[in-house]
Amino acid sequence: MNNEPSTISYTMNRLNQLFASKKDNLLSIYYTAGYPALNTTVDIAEALEKAGADFLEVGFPYSDPVADGPTIQHSSEQALINGMTLDHLFEELTELRKRVTIPILLMGYFNPIAQYGIERFCKKAAELGVDGVIVPDLPMYEYEALYSTHFINNNLSNIFLVTPQTSSDRIRKIDELSNSFIYLLSSSSITGGSLQLTNSIEDYYKRIKAMELKNPTIIGFGISDNATFTKACEYANGAIVGSKFVKLLAEDGYMEKIPAFIQSMR
Amino acid sequence: MKYGVNEHGYYGDFGGAYIPEMLYPNVEELRQQYLNIINDPDFKAEFDDLLKNYVGRPSPLYHAKRYSEKYGANIFFKREDLNHTGSHKINNAIGQILLAKRLGKKRIIAETGAGQHGVATATVCALMGIECVVYMGEIDMARQAPNVSRMKMLGATVRPASSGSKTLKDATNEALRDWIANPVDTHYIIGSVVGPYPYPDMVARFQSIISEETKKQLVEHTGKELPEYVLACVGGGSNAMGMFYHFLDNEQVKLVAVEAAGKGVDSGHSAATTFLGHEGVLHGSRTILMQTPDGQVVEPYSISAGLDYPGIGPQHAYLYKINRAQYVSVTDDEAMKAGLLCSQMEGIIPAIESSHALAQLEKMKFNLTDNVVICLSGRGDKDLDTFIKYFNY
Ligand SMILES: Cc1ncc(COP(=O)(O)O)c(C=O)c1O
Repeated sequence: MNNEPSTISYTMNRLNQLFASKKDNLLSIYYTAGYPALNTTVDIAEALEKAGADFLEVGFPYSDPVADGPTIQHSSEQALINGMTLDHLFEELTELRKRVTIPILLMGYFNPIAQYGIERFCKKAAELGVDGVIVPDLPMYEYEALYSTHFINNNLSNIFLVTPQTSSDRIRKIDELSNSFIYLLSSSSITGGSLQLTNSIEDYYKRIKAMELKNPTIIGFGISDNATFTKACEYANGAIVGSKFVKLLAEDGYMEKIPAFIQSMR
Repeated sequence: MKYGVNEHGYYGDFGGAYIPEMLYPNVEELRQQYLNIINDPDFKAEFDDLLKNYVGRPSPLYHAKRYSEKYGANIFFKREDLNHTGSHKINNAIGQILLAKRLGKKRIIAETGAGQHGVATATVCALMGIECVVYMGEIDMARQAPNVSRMKMLGATVRPASSGSKTLKDATNEALRDWIANPVDTHYIIGSVVGPYPYPDMVARFQSIISEETKKQLVEHTGKELPEYVLACVGGGSNAMGMFYHFLDNEQVKLVAVEAAGKGVDSGHSAATTFLGHEGVLHGSRTILMQTPDGQVVEPYSISAGLDYPGIGPQHAYLYKINRAQYVSVTDDEAMKAGLLCSQMEGIIPAIESSHALAQLEKMKFNLTDNVVICLSGRGDKDLDTFIKYFNY
């Protein structure tokens, strides 16, 4: 915490390179590491890259995922039963950059990171080729005041969420603190809902678009098919599919079904 | 206040507001408004009136004579069990419903463990004519069935929390998820001094009436404002914080917080947070919680549903760390015995939660002149089934 502010030393990571070269229809996939089984994280990532996903969010499980709906709650519970821990995940990820080139984010709740040690977590993730982190329960004040140097020093992008209720002032501040993209929620909801386009939500997307933020925006929560993906891409640079993909992982022969799944979104 | 919260919601290293962005607008609105509202004279007048005429405050400070003889000190019970709805939880529920009304909220959600907070919340919602949804772990619904019926009769909807350990922490998760999905018109009445800032401070203020009254009542009984000891049980810690609040700055008053050891601190079936926990984040605040080395929350155990929680409020974590209060633990067996003893020596059937505080008396050494106040946080009606089964009556 006594480190010099190091925004200066920040260099482009894979996320920045991706957003510099591709501005539309970016497709990201979320899945929970350790679900349906251990030692599948890199296999799934490789298959998703081959199938055409642009970047990935690898969830690490937590016992009390308050921002998640039943599908991701279940995958987290099962992953924990299977024995997934941050230590184990990092072990699986030692192979990551031998097999996968697209940007990878880790997504999970704050307490497991805090126990692992925040600085140690950031170092380890960066070392393995992770590009960013999404920690839904690490809000802006706590991030900025207490932890941001560890992220910045390790060239990890911290991704903030924005909802229709987030004020414009706060969005500006989030834009300032972000250095890869901003995660727009289509509504204030937990994961696993479905995108409903009401007038007020379109107004919200338009309002964000009109703000001309310096960071790209990606829409998440409730994206589950071609229609919702296409709609989201009208207002943002891309979208994230989570629960729908986690459901696919519950099916037999899911590895073979990944290419068709990705095709069906686009 | 020396031990109070700072402007960012921290007590030393503990507290803060570790919440997803979806909860930020609601929590921020509260943070900006809560002090203005609760310091407003109209609010105070309405709060005081309801506490007096609806809850039945001040609750008596009872000099327990047979207990005093037995333990060799002046033992006083602060009778929160005599409040309307049977526990201290109503103090906070009244405060928060008045606040919710002033914030223009149309719908109330709450979590409950023993059901006492759920009943208190359902009660104040009936009083104000506001819709009420209470989340309760499936296991707790079974072991506190009378309170489920009471909530329903009061017009509340009780929704079972069937994820995780199916107890209080999971009910809290479900309530938080509900709040995320209802970001505009809903207020979440948290039942203890837990959760993101400003909840721990706000709930402590509403419960501080316990120690405010105690100080005055002690003068009547003893001629002195300050006792030697103050004892209370700790689930999340709201009755304890209310009981400690106005004594915190009086360093000579020894504060004793009693956690639930369940089948024993080292048995693997316990809820003794300060003994078994480590620093981390639970339900929006940095505190001490029971967890695995990998940061997964451990499922606690206590015979008492109200103490069956893997964390404590952040202010308690702070008081523990700086040694301003002493944290001890009492097993199921010790608590059940103490509940029976209080019934048969003082004619008061205490809640199993409160029985934990009573059991601590067995382990302490007093001087004859010591004044000792125990927060009798609730009555045992809801626990009769558990008592009867335990003692094979
Ligand atoms: C009678 C009684 N005492 C104590 C508690 C524990 O809560 P807290 O630690 O917030 O006082 C409860 C909780 O349900 C209760 O019903």
